[in-house]
Amino acid sequence: MSAPSIPVIQQTAGRGAARAAANRRGVSKGAGSDRRPGWVTYAVLTLVILISAYPLYFAFLLATSDAVTIAQNPIPSLIPDSNLFANFERVLSSDIKFWKSLGNSVIVSSVTAISVVIFSTLAGYSFAKLRFKGRGPLLVFVVATTAVPTQLGIVPLFIVMSKLGWTGNLIAVIVPGMVTAFGVFWMTQYLEGALPYELIEAARVDGASMIRTFWHIALPAARPAAAMLGLFTFVGAWTNFFWPFIVLGSANPTLPVAVQLLQGNYFNDMSLVMAGVTLSVIPLVIVFVFAGRQLVAGIMQGAVKG
Amino acid sequence: MVTSTTPKLDRRPKRSADREPRRIGFGQRLGRWDVKVSPYLYISPFFILFAIVGLFPLLYTAYVSMHKWHLIGGQGEFVGLENFAYVLQQPFFWKALRNTFSIFLLSSVPQVFIAITIAAVLDANLRAKTFWRMGVLLPFVVAPVAVSLIFGKLFADDSGMINAILGGVGIEPIRWHADVLASHVAISSMVNFRWIGYNTLIFLAAMQAVPRELYEAAILDGAGRLRQFFSVTVPLLRPTIIFVVVTSTIGGLQIFDEPRLFDQTGQGGGDRQWMTVTMYLYEVGWGSQKSFGRAAAIAWILFVIILIIGLINFSITRRIASDSAPKSGRKQKR
Repeated sequence: MSAPSIPVIQQTAGRGAARAAANRRGVSKGAGSDRRPGWVTYAVLTLVILISAYPLYFAFLLATSDAVTIAQNPIPSLIPDSNLFANFERVLSSDIKFWKSLGNSVIVSSVTAISVVIFSTLAGYSFAKLRFKGRGPLLVFVVATTAVPTQLGIVPLFIVMSKLGWTGNLIAVIVPGMVTAFGVFWMTQYLEGALPYELIEAARVDGASMIRTFWHIALPAARPAAAMLGLFTFVGAWTNFFWPFIVLGSANPTLPVAVQLLQGNYFNDMSLVMAGVTLSVIPLVIVFVFAGRQLVAGIMQGAVKG
Repeated sequence: MVTSTTPKLDRRPKRSADREPRRIGFGQRLGRWDVKVSPYLYISPFFILFAIVGLFPLLYTAYVSMHKWHLIGGQGEFVGLENFAYVLQQPFFWKALRNTFSIFLLSSVPQVFIAITIAAVLDANLRAKTFWRMGVLLPFVVAPVAVSLIFGKLFADDSGMINAILGGVGIEPIRWHADVLASHVAISSMVNFRWIGYNTLIFLAAMQAVPRELYEAAILDGAGRLRQFFSVTVPLLRPTIIFVVVTSTIGGLQIFDEPRLFDQTGQGGGDRQWMTVTMYLYEVGWGSQKSFGRAAAIAWILFVIILIIGLINFSITRRIASDSAPKSGRKQKR
């Protein structure tokens, strides 16, 4: 786990920080910072967390309320009202196709995440551990493309999708997300540090083919980084709005595309809108409770906005 | 295996002898082929898919932008740079460009300052470290759509909570959905809400990579905590700050979700006071005009702008990187 963070620090924080991190690895933690901080620190952090959680609680409070109460009280009382499930039911029976969009989001996000992980691990293994002509320039190309705003290719992408008859179909959202340059870069960085050449050579000496070596040696070694990459890709695909909004439309929506319809259709009933928002936020909050630790570790090891 | 006719009998050992190495040769050749081709095979899915869904559309945008091209009618005649000329003459385009930059600055600059501050607080020997780190990251898993709907209500002009609080302390209600700057502040706050925690963790990682000996040396020189922060931590964070700014430039200039959902019409306000370039692109391509040629021209212009800003960022980065070393040296000498 700790091995890849030096190259990753170099990527995020530059060579100096990487060198510093490498130095620090050998040194025990300094004395100055081992002192436990005082209550002021905890008070500040509590305030920060309250601010970052309040908007979600605000949505929840409005979801438990009703339109009249909300109109009369711009500042909702901190104690929830009792209409939560009634409002949930109204969302589920509204015309936004909530269940369908939830299923669509699950499919799109899972398939995208699995595909990104497989292709990135495969390419990352090749870049990190195999020798072939053109390796250097090709890797530079991958790094350069992480900075290309591919979202700006939507017009031709839409033209292609309509020619293929894929508009309105989930495949139109899945296919463009199946590979990311960042994923390849991330797995390359990780495998460079985490997979010793000796293991690969041992497998090759034992007569394993290249793909067997990948499957039995590289893939298990890549698992921690692959899990993080999968998690980030999943969150990214789940929260994505622009492209699904354009290519899917409201007939076969993902969750964000469906939820934003509430605002247009029921803007005078905020309890309904916020009930939809609350429902849409719950799945990822559950993921966060169980995997938030990995998200934190992933970012601190150098994840980039997805 | 071998037939039993007599003339072949004496040939048999010879034959199996040269057959045996031939089989190994084939296996070796297969193995060598495996070693040679496999690396390319493994990276090919990425390159092929990226070429189709990433690179080709981006380049083809230039082709589409030089044609009349209707959403449903399809490709029309070649018009050269007419679409670009049209877009650059539209007041809405310039307004959208202004709004995009204003929202971008209002979201990225405070974001970096706040994130560094929170990271500095987190960079201590805390109890329940993971809890605090997860706490600041929570907004990251909330989709921009959800954030926009929630903040749209918080910032409502008449019945919004923020105006109610401001009214409570005697401040006139702010017209978040009518004023240009106020709407930009509201939209930027959504971006900040979602990304501050994320960037905090990036800065925290960089801070923890600062060698503790540097702090010890600073303490020996009599530096207080604040002085340590500004003279040791911040200079060493510079590459990370630049990294965060560059990545947020690429995303920030394409902003769409938050301003699109800031009100229920999605037009960017009555006077288009918060319409961004990507929203304008959408409106031209899929809204009233259904002109893909012009939409492609907007996309290409935005692409060039992002590229130019990327290059400016890059050159500033290099200058700072080469400046900082001698400057700090001079300071130390004095």
